[in-house]
Amino acid sequence: MAAAGVPVSAFVTVTSSNDPIDLEFPVVAKLCGDTIAHKSERGLVRLNINSAEDLTTAVDDLLAAATPDDGDVSVLVSTMIEGRRELIAGITTDPQFGATLMLGFGGILAEAVADVTFRLAPVTAIDAEEMIDELSSQKLLGAFRGEPAVDRAQLVSLLVGLSELAVERQDIVSIDLNPLIIAEGKPIAVDALVELGATNA
Amino acid sequence: MLDLRPLFEPNGVIVAGASTHPGKFGFVSLHNILRCGFAGQVFALARDEGEILGVQVLDSPEKIPHGAAELLFICTPTAVNEQLLRDCAARGVKAAFCAAGGYSEAGPEGIEAEQRLVAVAEELGMVLAGPNGQGITSPPANLCAQITAPYPPAGSIAIASQSGNFVSSFNNYAANAGIGVSRSVSAGNAASTGVIDYLEWFTEDDATSVSLIYVEGIEDGRDFYERIKPLARKKPIVVLKGGATAGGQQAAASHTGALASDDAVFDGMARQAGIVRASTVEEAFEAAATFATQPLPTGRNTAVLTTAGGWGVVTADALTTAKNLDLAELPSDLMAALDEKLPPRWSKGNPIDLAGGETRDTIPEVMELVAQHESIDAVVYLGVGIQSNQASLMKSGQFYPDHGLERIVDFHERQDARYAVAAAELSESTGKPILTATELAVAQPDNPGVVATREAGRLCYPTSNRAVTALDHLAWYAEFRRRRTTGS
Repeated sequence: MAAAGVPVSAFVTVTSSNDPIDLEFPVVAKLCGDTIAHKSERGLVRLNINSAEDLTTAVDDLLAAATPDDGDVSVLVSTMIEGRRELIAGITTDPQFGATLMLGFGGILAEAVADVTFRLAPVTAIDAEEMIDELSSQKLLGAFRGEPAVDRAQLVSLLVGLSELAVERQDIVSIDLNPLIIAEGKPIAVDALVELGATNA
Repeated sequence: MLDLRPLFEPNGVIVAGASTHPGKFGFVSLHNILRCGFAGQVFALARDEGEILGVQVLDSPEKIPHGAAELLFICTPTAVNEQLLRDCAARGVKAAFCAAGGYSEAGPEGIEAEQRLVAVAEELGMVLAGPNGQGITSPPANLCAQITAPYPPAGSIAIASQSGNFVSSFNNYAANAGIGVSRSVSAGNAASTGVIDYLEWFTEDDATSVSLIYVEGIEDGRDFYERIKPLARKKPIVVLKGGATAGGQQAAASHTGALASDDAVFDGMARQAGIVRASTVEEAFEAAATFATQPLPTGRNTAVLTTAGGWGVVTADALTTAKNLDLAELPSDLMAALDEKLPPRWSKGNPIDLAGGETRDTIPEVMELVAQHESIDAVVYLGVGIQSNQASLMKSGQFYPDHGLERIVDFHERQDARYAVAAAELSESTGKPILTATELAVAQPDNPGVVATREAGRLCYPTSNRAVTALDHLAWYAEFRRRRTTGS
């Protein structure tokens, strides 16, 4: 993701609470595995962990929560990114149009609110700017409750990078960057769900 | 790109399957071609010789002089059509419109027959339109080769549709609005020639300034997108998409997939390609008619000229909600100039309430001041025809022509026509869109204000909201092109 121009939060992946973790608190911990899609719905995300002791407990609990269906699992620990606003960006493979890029307002209400817009991958910077302009909740993109306006240039390069990734990697069926937290105006991906398959062409 | 000139501008036409029965395709198509005044030679082919509508019926293509007809209009059954194509190709036919059905819409045997027909046309290098389509119109060539009626006046809107009925709808709107058509075609089963093929030709066609299409399904979406993208940048394309609310959401593991309904993806594709998407039939026609008759705005700032307060308020609301337009703020020099021309009680802002402008007879001058000002990109003009509306009631009553009524009726009617002409002329001289809206466009279509607007080649919009919607589409398209040509 980082290589495609998507800013991501600092993270380490561990399979035991004894593994070394060198991150500043607060952190978040999530159970990850190839077959785990919607983590929050299953209670597999722990937020706002502020001490080594709490982190050990969280990692142990999450590993214990894995079911046999989950296959190989690990815990992803990352710096906790704080921001009031959450976007969603993603890739999906449309049966008619192929690799398709989405931008919208994200987080747990993403599907209910459905303030989203699509383009076919790859997109130009102008296409990406127009996607941002098209979202209905424009006020949420400006300066908001003490937080600066969303850095549009950075969001544009994220969208362009993500769409190019979908074109280069034909085995990507879908990607969800949800949420894409707006921290100090910068969009930062704190979770990514990547679905791989034979081809998206 | 397919060369569709022989389809839309043939030197002559052959109707195969010509019939003496006035209810059959083979009669109706021949009738429509003759009735609408096609100037080229018209031939009729049938099993038995004879005469239909004054045309000598021939029993074999061999009897047609070589090169006399480039277009074949097919109303014969599937079984004979492959041989018909071969025989007609030998007589110099270059394009065929197959109105006959019984092809892929009719089951497995029809699918096979359609594949064979396409293969024969390809082998002969012949353009094949249809099958199972209503036909074409090409008013600049005086050609109405179709099995349905509506034949619009000549103009510059080109229509291609996956549904023949929508060709008829658009043609009827065009005839009613007086905004003409360059070409129209019902793609039928689109076995060999699809909407995108027609669009490619329309974009290069000098008679066409805007294309209007209706699509439901698109088989290869990527190919459609890649081909339509360069076209939309050259000439505007308006699309009406059927099946917008049909399901189509994938069972998806991702949020992105779950949100990617067919409609949302089509919508994004249209915006990315620069295609203007309309949500209703009349919106689609009016957008196309506006592209065909108004210059593109170079900005968002729109002024409203109105002869009555309420109309202006509602139009201002519509402009405020429109995504690509703004209600212009009037600069002080324009305000001062308007003060000179309007009574002291004028609105002193946008919407510009002309109240009393009629009696001072300054409406054309006010319109000129506004349209020529550099801060204004477009104008919506409301209220044309109200004087003539009163005149009409006077004219039809028992007091006419006495009591001075004859004189005032003449005055009212002359004034409305003058305002309508001023709007069209100012739009030409300033290069800015000026849209005229009044419910009289439908309530009293023979109103001199409405008639003069149409005679000046402009659409008279039935509501200001519809004028704003059409103008919004122009503004979006203009901005789309501007961003991509200047890079800013």
